[in-house]
Amino acid sequence: MNAWLWSHVDAFVTTLGRLVRTPVATLLNVGVLGIALALPTGLYVALANVQGHAQALAANPRLSVFLALDAGRTEITQTRTQLREHPGVGSVRYVSRDEALRQLKTRAGLADVVDSLAENPLPDAFVVQPRDAAPQALEQLRDELRGWPKVAHVQLDAMWARRLEAALRLARLAVWLLATLFAFALVAVTFNTIRLQILTRREEIEVAKLIGATDPFIRRPLLYFGAMQGLAGGLAAWAIVAISLYWLNGGLAALSQLYDTPLELQQLTPEDGLSLLLFSAVLGWFGAWLSVNQHLARLDLR
Amino acid sequence: MISFSKIWKRYPGGLEALRNITFTIEASEMVFITGHSGAGKSTLLKLTAAIERPSGGSIIVNGQNVGALRPGAIPYLRRNFGLMFQDHKLLFDRNAFENVMLPLHVNGFERREAARRVRAALDKVGLLAKEKAYPITLSGGEQQRLAIARAIVHRPAILLADEPTGNLDAGYAADIGELFRSFNQVGVTVVVATHDEALAARLQPRVVALKAGVVVS
Repeated sequence: MNAWLWSHVDAFVTTLGRLVRTPVATLLNVGVLGIALALPTGLYVALANVQGHAQALAANPRLSVFLALDAGRTEITQTRTQLREHPGVGSVRYVSRDEALRQLKTRAGLADVVDSLAENPLPDAFVVQPRDAAPQALEQLRDELRGWPKVAHVQLDAMWARRLEAALRLARLAVWLLATLFAFALVAVTFNTIRLQILTRREEIEVAKLIGATDPFIRRPLLYFGAMQGLAGGLAAWAIVAISLYWLNGGLAALSQLYDTPLELQQLTPEDGLSLLLFSAVLGWFGAWLSVNQHLARLDLR
Repeated sequence: MISFSKIWKRYPGGLEALRNITFTIEASEMVFITGHSGAGKSTLLKLTAAIERPSGGSIIVNGQNVGALRPGAIPYLRRNFGLMFQDHKLLFDRNAFENVMLPLHVNGFERREAARRVRAALDKVGLLAKEKAYPITLSGGEQQRLAIARAIVHRPAILLADEPTGNLDAGYAADIGELFRSFNQVGVTVVVATHDEALAARLQPRVVALKAGVVVS
């Protein structure tokens, strides 16, 4: 057990030494892996940010409840009380038909049209702020209000939120597609690095086998190499994304002053960052494993 | 300790390197396998260390049938041997100390104990002062002695040497011979494949002579 642990520590230290002793090659490899991983990661972070803002916007969807044209004063009052007492309703604002017409008049170009009307065609209406913003709850509320007496029409202003949802779903798909492609690239890069390692260390591997080294003994440092290179690539990707966001936030600060709303891009969460590291290390290990299996078997002793 | 029975080795293309070889090497024996180039000396050593497999017959080392070992067991068989190769196979990107360290590393020795053994082995072959030297800076004789140190550092029971004095002058060859004699005196089985008759005359070992793949004496 102890010897086994030692051999792992030893492989780890040896590998670290190899990485450090060829700094340029290591830096370039890690750079390639870092950039490859930074693209899907960056898109993922951007998406998470858009999603955050979209959710904030979609958090207060409204229902417009239009009454029938023949609804009288008592019926309006009754509906208002009914709405206020409904458990699914947060707040209610009454918009009378006269007020609605006034608002319409203020819109440029519509004043003449409105003036030419013989009578006010607009119904009385309520703008309802629901308590629960979930799409299903909204639809349920809409269907319920539709059935009330003297309610002519209920409009749910959530279509745009659904469209955004669909667009985001598509973007998420794109992230996964990109992540898969770049994961393949990471495996390929590691595969080649390990192949070169085996070729340049061919003599050493051969001698080690001749004097009784087991296959795991020969494999171990190579697998460590793949995993550590992958891990370093993951770290580089995290750093690239973090620095990019930091820069973008600097630019956004000016924009946010002009619009008078706080705009700030959120960084990768620690959980997501650690997942990225794990993912890249495992892929590196996998690339090395493939390479070792391919090339060590072909290494014949003479 | 090592017994060959009815060993045949055919290479693709029909070359028969060994034909019906049968003999036994006892523990603590010193055996020279002699013959001209191409007589099959190296092939016999390679079969013994499971570097190649026989086409027929069996080789028993310490009770194990070498030709029938599964691949996972071969490394453990090889740890019984100290191997010296014709081209000595030293690693030129490592110094003398690190070269001799390799077998101990492979065998999983603890570092401090390993370092002690490496120095003992280097001392034995007279290279202790050159532990930091790289093989390229050593003379032919020194390189060969370094190869011996690497072969014996893990204290194997059997030393297998292929042409250990191949291209050394007489003085160096005599040094190597004395080292073999001293290992043999402490109980190591020494098997040497060589065509160096002077070395054989000096050490007076048991001689197995091969000619065209057949034992002739």
